Amino acid sequence: MTLFGLTLSHKLGIFRLTAALILAFGAQMGAVWAQNGPLRIEITQGVIEPLPIAVPGFVAENAAALDYAAKISRVIAEDMAGTGLFREIPVSAHISRISAFNDPIAFADWKAVNAQALVVGAVFVQGVTATVKFRLIDVFSGQQMGEGLQFSGPVGIWRRTAHKVADAAYSRLTGENGYFDSRVVFVAETGAKNKRAKRLAIMDYDGANVEYLTDDKSIVLAPRLSSEGDKILFTSYKTDFPKIYMMDLARKSVVSLADQKGTMAFSPRFAPDGKSVIYSLEKGGNTDIYALNLASGASRQLTNAPSIETAPSFSPDGSKIVFESDRSGGQQIYIMDANGQNLRRVSSGQGRYGTPVWSPRGDLIAFTKQNQGRFHIGVMRIDGSEERLLTASFLDEGPTWAPNGRVIMFTRETSGATGKSSLYSVDISGRNLKRAKTEGAASDPAWSPLLP
Amino acid sequence: MNNLSKALMLVAALALTGCNKPGSGAGSGGGIETISLGSPSDPTSNAYFQGSVGDRVFFDVDQSTLTAQAREILELQASWLQGNASYNIVIEGHADEQGTREYNLALGARRASAVQDYLTTVGINLNRMRTVSYGKERPVEICSIEDCYARNRRSVTVLTE
Repeated sequence: MTLFGLTLSHKLGIFRLTAALILAFGAQMGAVWAQNGPLRIEITQGVIEPLPIAVPGFVAENAAALDYAAKISRVIAEDMAGTGLFREIPVSAHISRISAFNDPIAFADWKAVNAQALVVGAVFVQGVTATVKFRLIDVFSGQQMGEGLQFSGPVGIWRRTAHKVADAAYSRLTGENGYFDSRVVFVAETGAKNKRAKRLAIMDYDGANVEYLTDDKSIVLAPRLSSEGDKILFTSYKTDFPKIYMMDLARKSVVSLADQKGTMAFSPRFAPDGKSVIYSLEKGGNTDIYALNLASGASRQLTNAPSIETAPSFSPDGSKIVFESDRSGGQQIYIMDANGQNLRRVSSGQGRYGTPVWSPRGDLIAFTKQNQGRFHIGVMRIDGSEERLLTASFLDEGPTWAPNGRVIMFTRETSGATGKSSLYSVDISGRNLKRAKTEGAASDPAWSPLLP
Repeated sequence: MNNLSKALMLVAALALTGCNKPGSGAGSGGGIETISLGSPSDPTSNAYFQGSVGDRVFFDVDQSTLTAQAREILELQASWLQGNASYNIVIEGHADEQGTREYNLALGARRASAVQDYLTTVGINLNRMRTVSYGKERPVEICSIEDCYARNRRSVTVLTE
């Protein structure tokens, strides 16, 4: 992480997707696929049996690449298997070894271990640059899926290179965009339940490369990333009163936003274009939603009701805002135009609905539901139909979407005096519920877009 | 008062020092100055306000309406504040853990505001008061049953100078 000072300076385009089609796999491939049909896993149908894949250790093309080749292929295998869509065939079970990147594939050996797909790769390290190439093989049709790809990047960020490869493989096998080369900003928690200390942190989606962004002297809540992934909005009690702040991730500089004396500001979120922020402002006990123009500093009130209006989230095109309101007597989900007009209620089921978040694909809203003493993370269409609850526990809340809109991360807190928060993720099919790796207790995740 | 009960009150006062700051002192630093508790037997002291007047009132589930008992306590607070005009107050609103974070912040603000409104009607000048909500961030009780929840759904009147 140090050589090129990659503290999220990814806008500089550290990765060059050289799309160096690794020759000898030419135009006839498409025709072959058309005849046989590509190997394709359909996520939406809910996978019962994960697809067996093999990720043999990547070939080290020089001595300097030995260590990285082994580590990179491990990260790729963990990314793939971690989706729950694929099952890795352990390397110890492999019959065949890959000794050179372009060696012919011993298909019979891979069929014998029932590998449906094979990820073959090689690593070459020169100076501070690691070059990773890979190809994806459909074992049973005996064909390569798509062109080989080559990624070059600083060795210090080899994990990102590995995630890029896994994203490409995932994308070819599922037809969806990947989500592995992404980060999650969250609140790291320590201390007993009645004296919890909180600080902002950011990590890779898989828990690696944790970096703490604030100290734990003030309560911090609900960080949110910009769609470029370069800025974080959060709520802090630094002044003893909750206010919203914006941090520039590369520079770690923090500015206070929407500071009005005698009011309380919280629940901020960026507009997709990053030019404005929507948030909740409380005056005289009443909470409404406002929009702040970051360039001019001007605030505009979007809701005006004696009820609680909070947790706003933009549609991906920026034209609408989904939020929660208790104007009907309990928390429910509403949508309005970005200017506050054309308000309509979306949720209609039993219980309370809060913290709505618009999917990056635009098709679904994730939410927290409370019903009969239980908390759920769920999704519904933007017209409120096809509600689907994905989880149930003592306390699940605060969903955030993976960049491809297929996985949701959220906070789960256990009950009682020793209750602790952890981050969990779940597929929108409700499958593959699992705890995310964090060093300690954690809450309020916000998933970044795919890094460039 | 015998020596034992004095000693107990002193212990109680020490235990309360953590409550002197907004957020019950835990982890929240910053702009609010710390003031001394004083002796609980001194009727002008912070310790007396917390212990004998009563610095907090409780709310029903998802409600910010003041109960009759809450109004009684707030009237006691108001008369004490009128007699101790050097103090200002921060009214903290809190919620139990059964709710989403953002909603509970807004709910805590409603509760703090309900207290502020009532104190205004019984004669406390608005410019002596500020409100803040901690939502579910600062429970005083940590069990996950109604006994604890009931004591966490509260407002706390914190004296400042």
